[in-house]
Formats: sequence, structure tokens, C-alpha cells
Amino acid sequence: MKHKGGGLALPLALWLGAFLVLPVAFVAIYSLLKRGAYGEVIWTLSLHNYARAMDALYLGIFSKSLMLAALTTCVCMIIGFPLAYTIATASKTWRSLLLAGLMVPFLTNFVVRVYAIRVILGVEGPINHALMASGLLTEPLMMTDSLFAVAVGMVTNYLPFMTLPIYVVLEAFDFSLLEAAADLGARGWTILFKVILPLSRQGLVSGATLVFIPVLGEYMIPDLLGGARTMLLGNLITEQFLKARDWPFGAAVAMILILAMLGSFAVQRALAGKGATLAQA
Amino acid sequence: MRKRDEKPRPAPHIAAKIITMGAFSLLLIPLLAVVMYSFFAPVSEAGGLVWRPSLMWYERLLQDQLLGQTLILSLQVAAVTSVLASLLGVTGAMALERTKFPGRRLLASLTVVPLVMPELVMGLASVIWFAFLGIKLGVHTIMMAHVTFALSYVVITVRARLADFDTSLEEAAADLGATPGQVFRTVTLPLIAPAIVAGAMMAFTLSFDDFLISFFTAGAGSDTLPMRLYSMIRFGLNREIYALSSLLIVVTAIGMAVSYKLRVGPNI
Repeated sequence: MKHKGGGLALPLALWLGAFLVLPVAFVAIYSLLKRGAYGEVIWTLSLHNYARAMDALYLGIFSKSLMLAALTTCVCMIIGFPLAYTIATASKTWRSLLLAGLMVPFLTNFVVRVYAIRVILGVEGPINHALMASGLLTEPLMMTDSLFAVAVGMVTNYLPFMTLPIYVVLEAFDFSLLEAAADLGARGWTILFKVILPLSRQGLVSGATLVFIPVLGEYMIPDLLGGARTMLLGNLITEQFLKARDWPFGAAVAMILILAMLGSFAVQRALAGKGATLAQA
Repeated sequence: MRKRDEKPRPAPHIAAKIITMGAFSLLLIPLLAVVMYSFFAPVSEAGGLVWRPSLMWYERLLQDQLLGQTLILSLQVAAVTSVLASLLGVTGAMALERTKFPGRRLLASLTVVPLVMPELVMGLASVIWFAFLGIKLGVHTIMMAHVTFALSYVVITVRARLADFDTSLEEAAADLGATPGQVFRTVTLPLIAPAIVAGAMMAFTLSFDDFLISFFTAGAGSDTLPMRLYSMIRFGLNREIYALSSLLIVVTAIGMAVSYKLRVGPNI
């Protein structure tokens, strides 16, 4: 029953136009402007901000952010896949318990979760307490305010984003395929790499996108766990807006983030497409 | 959920079980540690400072008036966001699922954008736009930005529900002479009500929890609860943070349990 006329769609279309499309278009426009002496915006178009972003200092920040996002994605996948598999193969009662165990941290306020990591790794935290009490250490380990703490924070916070899409695929997985593979003589690793992993490609690919993109633009985790020395893409952009008040440069760096995001979508589509044909075959 | 007779599933490899245990420790121990720490306070004794069980941080929390204000502000923002996002989301979902109009596919893909766009980009795009329009930042700008990302969740849940049920019910009502308005009120609305409630709850939670978009779009004096929590962490060694964090963790866990109980009835 399809009616004609999109009057009903008008409120949504107008809202998204006014608060999504135009704002993002203005990020692109602002990235071409210049900052005045008092943080105001000067309306002359140039690629000046993009040229500045190519400075070695900023390229270093980009590559560090990209590598951290890639590392987080890999670690989340290595932990998330067995985790999703264990949940998907558990009995019904266990499955809902384990899912709840995954959802409570997932739904807990983000600031609280990041803070909890800081507490755990902190000088007064339980890890340091245990190490000192056991006599392994005489001085507490400084684990916060480091790239290591940032990586731990990223993996902990984004693990559910990787696990849930993989779980959705494995929950509907036809496990009799494993028996078939075993009957035909395949061993453990062969079954994993030739049967299970290719058939869970969709989940792996969407999980990877759901982790990689937000980690690349993450602000709070590097800010609360990385200390003053750890500058990543998200902090660079935020500082341009809130501290340096160089909005045009901040907008240019944000455009680079948007391009990286679009790039990873293109990769996702290509990979998921192949997975789809594989699943149909 | 599909209902099938489930064949027993193969037990995972021991390595997978070990990784699962490690993952849950990583996810849950930090939260449990915060809750535990919130019940201890330092007392000076002969041997120096000793940590003793205490409700001191919770008492401090109750006396913190600023915190009370930010909580009320957060609840207000979340309530307005939830209502506006539901109205826009439900009409939008109806339009996308039940009508044809030019640009329908474009609109459908636009509604998904806020789900995948980094919050940072949403925040700074909004702040640039408000500055360009000369709109002063404040509570209203937080709400506008929140509605924009929250309505995606309403559109998606409601659309899924609309696509799920049989349109012949609506057609039958129309054949029997119901006006489009009557069809919506008496047939469609009751059927999609659970999805609207779920979407509205999601919008409320997302808005209440949001830090970064509020951080960008809030004016002076319009701090939300997550923003207050952030500045407490960032700029002080205030131990009330333990108590406040514990409360938020416990509220989340209770909310989960309640929504699970509610879902058990009709759905499974």
C-alpha cells in the first residue's frame, strides 16, 4: 500500500537538511577559510589549512591515530570473535547472561567507563595494590597517561561494537556445516579458516567498521587516559575548536577525518559484497 | 528472534573460553572496582591513613547542589530530545515505509548517517552551523543536536516494525471505510507502539549519556551531567566521582534488568 506524496516526510527531511546536511556542508566551507587574529573567521577561500595539515607534526598525529585505530580493530577482532563464538554456542540461559554481561558495560555512561579504566590502571588502583602487596614492586607503576592506557581504553570500550555484529551472524550460523567439514576430513584450523571465518565475514566487516571509524575520531579516551603528551586526531580537532579557536584549521582536519571515514566505508562495502556472494553460493 | 528447535551447538575450544573469561574481566572488573571503591573512605589512624568502609562520598554527593542542577538539566534535555525525535522519527518512518516520493532513497540513507558519523564531526558541524546562523549556544542548541542523532534510532526501529507486519490489516481497515487517519490511529499505531517506545527510550538514553556533542554545543552554564562528571575527573581529585559513577552503573544495570523482564513477556 504505497501512497503518493511525501508530505509526511517533510518534517524529517527539513530537520535533517537544517541540522545535518547544511552543518556538514559548512564544515567543508569553513575548512577553506582563514582564522583572523582574534579567532574570528575571515571569508577568503584557499587551501591554506590543508597545506598546513601536511606539516610533519600533523602527519605524525594522523599516522599515530591510524595505527592505533588499526591496532584496536585487530585486537578487538582477536578477542571479539572467540567471545562471540562462545556466547553463540552457549546454552540459552548462559547466552542471555553473557549478553547481559556485555550490554551492561556497553550501556553504562561512556565517561564512567573511561574513568573506570583510569581507576584500574591508576597509581592507587587495584593492579598496583596487588603488585606492591605481593612484593613484586616497590614503587607503583605509572600506567595511566600513556599510549598503552589509551589502547587499553579503546579496546575495552569498543569490544562490544565488534562482538555484537559477529554474534548476530554466529547466532544464525548453521553449525552442522562444521560436522560436514569434519566428516570430510578437515581439522580444527582448517575448519576455522575455511568454514567459520569466511561465513562470518559480514559480521567481521561491520564490526571492524564500527570500531575503526569511532576510534579514529575518539576524543575522550586519549584525553582522560593519554595525558598531555598523547595527541591524536580527535584531540587535535577538538583543541582547534575549544582552545586554539582556529575553526578553519579544525574543520580542515575534520574533513580529513570524514574522508578517512568514507574510505573505510568503501572498503567495507567491497569486502561485505564479496562475503554476501560467498554466503549465497 | 527465530524460533527453531535448537540442535546442541559444538562447545567452543578451550582457548575461546579463556579469551571470553579475559574479555569479561576486562569489561566488568573496572566497573566493579569503581563501585567497591565508592564505599571506602580514608580515616587517619595511628599508622597513617587507613581506608575504612564509609558512605562519605554518597553524603557529599547529596550535598552537591551543582550536580543536582546538571542532573535535572540532563533529564530535561533527554526528555525533550526523546519526544521530538519520536515525532520526527515516526512520521519519517511512516513516509519512508508507506509512501512514495522523490528523494525517498536519499532521505533513507541520510537517516543512517548520524549512526555512523563520529560524534566529534556531529558536534563541530553543529557548532559551526550555529555560529554561522548567529544562534547563541545553550540548552536549546544541545537539544537540537541531540534530536538529530537520536531520531535515527527511532526511524530504524519503527521502520523495521512497519516492514515486519502485514499491510493487509491496514488495507482491510481502509476497505471497510476507515479514513487514513482512522487507519493510523486504530490499526497502525497500536501495532508499532512497542517500536516507538523502544525508539523513544533509546533516544532518551543516548541523549542522557552523550558527552561529546553536548561538550561542543553547550553554552556557558548549560553543563549536562556527563559534562559535569568529565570536568570533575579532568580538573580535580574529587572522590565523589566514585559514588556518582557507581550510581550510574547501578542505574544502567537495573534498567537492563527491567527492560529484559518487560521483554520476556510478549516477545519470547
